[in-house]
Amino acid sequence: MVQFTLPKNSKIRVGKTWPKPDGKNIRKFQIYRWDPDTGENPRLDTYFLDMDKCGPMVLDALIKIKNEVDPTLTFRRSCREGICGSCAMNIGGINTLACIYGLDEVKGDVKIYPLPHMPVVKDLIPDLTHFYAQHASIMPWLETKTNRPEKEWRQSIEDRKKLDGLYECVMCASCSTSCPSYWWNSDKYLGPAALLHAYRWIVDSRDEATAERLDQLEDPFKLYRCHTIMNCTKTCPKGLNPAKSIAEIKKMMVGRTV
Amino acid sequence: MRYLTDRKRAVGNGASGTGTEHHWWMSASGVALAFMIPIWLYIVGTTLGTDQQTVITTFSNPFPAILTALIVVVGMRHFAKGAEIWIEDYLHGTAAKATKIAMHSLAYVIIATALYALGKMVFIGLLLGAN
Repeated sequence: MVQFTLPKNSKIRVGKTWPKPDGKNIRKFQIYRWDPDTGENPRLDTYFLDMDKCGPMVLDALIKIKNEVDPTLTFRRSCREGICGSCAMNIGGINTLACIYGLDEVKGDVKIYPLPHMPVVKDLIPDLTHFYAQHASIMPWLETKTNRPEKEWRQSIEDRKKLDGLYECVMCASCSTSCPSYWWNSDKYLGPAALLHAYRWIVDSRDEATAERLDQLEDPFKLYRCHTIMNCTKTCPKGLNPAKSIAEIKKMMVGRTV
Repeated sequence: MRYLTDRKRAVGNGASGTGTEHHWWMSASGVALAFMIPIWLYIVGTTLGTDQQTVITTFSNPFPAILTALIVVVGMRHFAKGAEIWIEDYLHGTAAKATKIAMHSLAYVIIATALYALGKMVFIGLLLGAN
């Protein structure tokens, strides 16, 4: 349900300002901090980095802060090249992957928050349990009824092309957490990421559970909560178009009804 | 807090098997209104600044009268069904149900009132034509 104000224990207070290093090219970072063990409200800590001694990406800056300034800063990261989807966070008001988002793309001070409207585990780490469970609920695997072929399930080049722009999704949750419909109704609405994956399997020529998959999505909340706001497409750090996938599912639904 | 597994929480009670008809109706009525409203506005525009008798005569003609009736009925149904969507977005439970009932009732009251007024104009127009 919609909430217009933060609960009392989620209101962000001014945090610690860390010392400024020497140097000419200094940049200010404001980072959301919250530790469940302290029982305190979240705070916004201020850090300064010498950009002449820092890598070009936001993740480089976060790693530098963690290694050289404040080892308690907590965030997820792994591949550093936009494949694992771990370092998704809100940077300068945009949900994106810190590893492929350049510091030169952020104007002014760099403000970093966890992905919006998700429970926070600690600092920049959101709890993605429900998000992953929704992904699992769309059955993200090949469902077949025909006997397994001797060698492999074959697919034409044209049919394989239909999966381009879908299989590349790394499940970073940037799209779903940028969607107002998902903010207000994430308990029922599957969100753009899960629906993009649903479409990826619906459109797969080898999959034989298309009707069941569509049946599972036909619901005013699971699918039709999408109001084509397009935040998902705008924010996707991989340049994918979840809104188009959702529109294609709706077209298939109408196609089998009307 | 209920001790549900994450998967059970995500699946909930499953899909209701509805929604497509609502989506299709909203699309179809939206396209219909996009065609009807400009024509209706043109007709209303031609009556601006004229006297009451001219307005009544205009709207008692079959085409403007039927078009107005269609716009009122289709438009208010479109409004009520559209409002249902944003009510479901922002309200849950009993509040959502009560607001949806109120919104549909309001739409039906507006339809009935508008059709009564239109019928009255057509009736008066027919009387004027007979005299």
